[in-house]
Amino acid sequence: MVLCFLIHTVCGVSALGPGDSRVLYYRGFGPHQPEEEIQEHGPEERRLLLKERLAVVARQVRSAVTLSREASGRQLVEVVPGEEGLALQEADSGVVRLRAGQPFSGEMSALWLGVLNLAFTLVCEPHDNLLLAEGTLRTLARLCVEHLHMLGQGSEVLLRSNRVDFLLSRLLPHGQLLFLNHKFAQSLEKEVALYMTK
Amino acid sequence: MYSHGSESLIKQAREIQDSELQKFYSRLLKVIQGKDLGHEAVDSLQRLHLILSATKFTRRLPPDLHKKISSLVSSPAEQFQILGSAVLRETLPPSDQDMTCIQNNPSVVNSHGAGLLLVQASSTTPLSTLCSQLVRSLDSRHSETHSHSQTHTLPILNAILTHRPECLSEEQVTVLSKRLVDWLRYASITQAASPGGFFSGSRTRQPCPIAELDGSISGDFFTVLCVGQGFTEDQWMNVYAFSILRNWLITYHSVSNCNTADLAATARLQYSLSLSYSHSPPNDDRSVEGSVISMVSATSSSSRLLPPKERLREKSFQYCQRLIEQSDRKAQKRMDSDLQKACLVEAVCILDILCLEDCSLVYRVFPCIKALYSRLSSDTSYARVLLPIAQFYLNHGEVAAVDCECVWQLVFSRFPAELFNDPFLAHEFLRFVRQNIQNLPTKVPQYMRSFPNLLKFLAWDSPALVDDFVDLLPSLVTSGTAVELLHTLLDLPCLSATLVLQQRSVLLPITDPNTRSLQALDAFRNANFRGLFLFLLRNDAGAGDTIDRLGLLHELLNESVDWPRVVQCAQTVPVLLHIFFNTVIKVADEKLFAQLILVLLERSSLLLKVPNYKNEIHRVFSYHLLKLCKLHPSLVVDQSHELLEFAGTTSNVYNKEELYTHVVWALGEYLSLSCDSRCSVRHITSCFEGLEAVLFEITSSAPPPGGVCPKPRVITTLMSALAKLASRSHDLIPRVSLFLSKLRNVSRGGSVTWCSDDDDLVSIVTRGEELWSLLKTPGVAQSVLTPPPHVTKPQWHRDTNVATPLQLRTLTHLTQPL
Repeated sequence: MVLCFLIHTVCGVSALGPGDSRVLYYRGFGPHQPEEEIQEHGPEERRLLLKERLAVVARQVRSAVTLSREASGRQLVEVVPGEEGLALQEADSGVVRLRAGQPFSGEMSALWLGVLNLAFTLVCEPHDNLLLAEGTLRTLARLCVEHLHMLGQGSEVLLRSNRVDFLLSRLLPHGQLLFLNHKFAQSLEKEVALYMTK
Repeated sequence: MYSHGSESLIKQAREIQDSELQKFYSRLLKVIQGKDLGHEAVDSLQRLHLILSATKFTRRLPPDLHKKISSLVSSPAEQFQILGSAVLRETLPPSDQDMTCIQNNPSVVNSHGAGLLLVQASSTTPLSTLCSQLVRSLDSRHSETHSHSQTHTLPILNAILTHRPECLSEEQVTVLSKRLVDWLRYASITQAASPGGFFSGSRTRQPCPIAELDGSISGDFFTVLCVGQGFTEDQWMNVYAFSILRNWLITYHSVSNCNTADLAATARLQYSLSLSYSHSPPNDDRSVEGSVISMVSATSSSSRLLPPKERLREKSFQYCQRLIEQSDRKAQKRMDSDLQKACLVEAVCILDILCLEDCSLVYRVFPCIKALYSRLSSDTSYARVLLPIAQFYLNHGEVAAVDCECVWQLVFSRFPAELFNDPFLAHEFLRFVRQNIQNLPTKVPQYMRSFPNLLKFLAWDSPALVDDFVDLLPSLVTSGTAVELLHTLLDLPCLSATLVLQQRSVLLPITDPNTRSLQALDAFRNANFRGLFLFLLRNDAGAGDTIDRLGLLHELLNESVDWPRVVQCAQTVPVLLHIFFNTVIKVADEKLFAQLILVLLERSSLLLKVPNYKNEIHRVFSYHLLKLCKLHPSLVVDQSHELLEFAGTTSNVYNKEELYTHVVWALGEYLSLSCDSRCSVRHITSCFEGLEAVLFEITSSAPPPGGVCPKPRVITTLMSALAKLASRSHDLIPRVSLFLSKLRNVSRGGSVTWCSDDDDLVSIVTRGEELWSLLKTPGVAQSVLTPPPHVTKPQWHRDTNVATPLQLRTLTHLTQPL
């Protein structure tokens, strides 16, 4: 089961410290803590803890993306709205191992997809099917970039987060990775396209 | 992509003043209290969501607003369900009692409300209630009357049972097992009635059968790899059921301790029965054109009489077999061929779980896995599927008495050598090794020798994988291969550069006079130097510790020292060296320690010239050299010849200051009779003379052109070492004293060429004077500079029988008048 999905920056943000990442969207599925921890903390503390843990993940992914791009020496291609396909083709991807305790109580794998100066991250449990997760992440990223016009200067990812919620409810319901062949996927994407016109 | 506009929106959301916020709340309440909610309501709710989620500190809403939004979660429009639950996820009810109240009465069963409950539930009661409702809705026999929302119940249940498996009762598990069997095995095999096209008349269409991914008509039961124009409810449930199957089996089916001897007989009988079924004549599906006749259903024994868990196991087995069969077809779309790979991984993992639960299944499953392995082993694009297969062999190879040699050969030799640059494969490969680290050394003999190959992953992508190697490296350290491993670690940046060259060599054409080709690339392609690079790229250890022409190799790779990959790799080597040394101490004997010290000394000048690499490595070497010598002081006497050769070379003072200082200190400290009885006067004298010569040289002339003055620490260490050695062989004392008094005189003349800072000079001279006065009384000098070993033990200071001050105190006490 996927623990959470994040969209965050991988470029420098002046208001933040170096290496920090601004989380633009996050969705956690299910409790991210073991039973003992939940009993210890009140609901407010739990939310704070979750946000801090997600910030840690975002920072780690950001540094992984930066190092990976540095090592491969690839230059970021300038992409304008309308060239979503190109942006996703040029996207680089990888996976970060999150040790037990850093920051989640169990070991996790954070799959990331870097599209220009944003990253889409899925935090998966050890026995999740990473091949499937990779495919799901690419689909999610593609649909987000298209339907939220992320290549432009708008802030739709902040102001239309209900669209991402809907996407997740169809393609990753409650954090469940789905084995969808192209026909099933088509059917869901039709539903998504219908919702986006509202 | 990320604009200033977004940043300022977030800033505004965080810094909104309370008065403005309250006004916004009341405006919002008015808007959403209306009958028909439109765009304004959506936008306002989104803004509220942004305000609440922008900070990590929770804001609470006014009670009436909170209540209204809670009611939105059960609104008929999905958009408001989503917005309502998104807002509620970011806040808390006005009072905590409300929260428990809401949680204990989950009247909402829609997907979004359930999601909210999952995230915020602090106890299992509301979740158990939710589970009962969901299971009840799934158990109903009238499945046709249910709306599309039923499909989300399985993911919700899966999310609950992942973290709170106790929420489902035994009875509910049984009910769900039965339903899962229905969906997995008995979903409809016809396409749903497609929405009417332009020419659809009132006549009903004949339902067409579902198809396989290559376009042919499907000949067996429905799976995730079947396609149609539209899908029925139970076909959707088939997809969801398979998606949660692995987690379900892991959670509710425990691993049994099976007695293989007992089950062997029954298992073999089953195996032979299944073989005989596969030779029976096919059923009448043969008339269907182009389809591969599926033998799965034909070979299954009647399982209707099995209890639900076992029945689910049987059906899961059949489903996985069918997926494996279906994955052999050539899918028409790229997305589907990717899905086939993912299905293969999932199928193999599920079969593994089933066999772990019931050993007798191994005999039925193994032929399937073996056939799959033969099909895929020659194609490295299936590497990520071959890893779970390798895991299966590791878990069950012994039970099935199968020879796994070829599997290990493929996994440990080919994968790292050919696929080191695939980040996902690297991650999964290293995770596979980590998870099986207890068994690998015994079950896979070539694992321990495969470190040159495994390190290719690290050399290519150090930042992502160093964490894994921190865990794995200790398992690769053995006394037999330790020296070779040390050399390999030190040359990791060279390996990194070589892999880059290997990739470039493939991409760039060989003869292209127009491009300015790299010198290093030319060297890589040059037949004369082939052997050097091939040594670095070797797969197995054992061919030799290192090569003779290492210096030449470093020169050839000079161009690569600023390549990002090489630099990143160089930064991980010190950490790995620390781990190496900390581990090798536990497995090594004196002979190996001696060899390691020699390697340290030899390699200190034989390193790739990545900026700062040498300094970092020397730091690690110095630390561990001292640690080794402290553990085994006799090593110093043993290796005194080599250590003295190093310490007697004046250029080392300037080039390898840190390491030099530590070597000299070790010599001074441990070259004594108390550390090793073989230490003779001759040893001490020759060491003394060597160090004396260096000290004379560096304090009588300026440093070589381009060099800096040696740090005071080197000089004082040399002086201390000489004093220590002299205290053990008193005829050397006059020589030291002479030098020290000369030093004092020289410094009176003002500044000197070998020391740039006046304060430093003062410290050096002061130390010299201290040593000089100490050496005036040789007996005292000996006990101070060469203390007997028991001085470091607490007993020497606390036991009245041994500690002189305490003895004196006792005597005084006794002699005092009563």
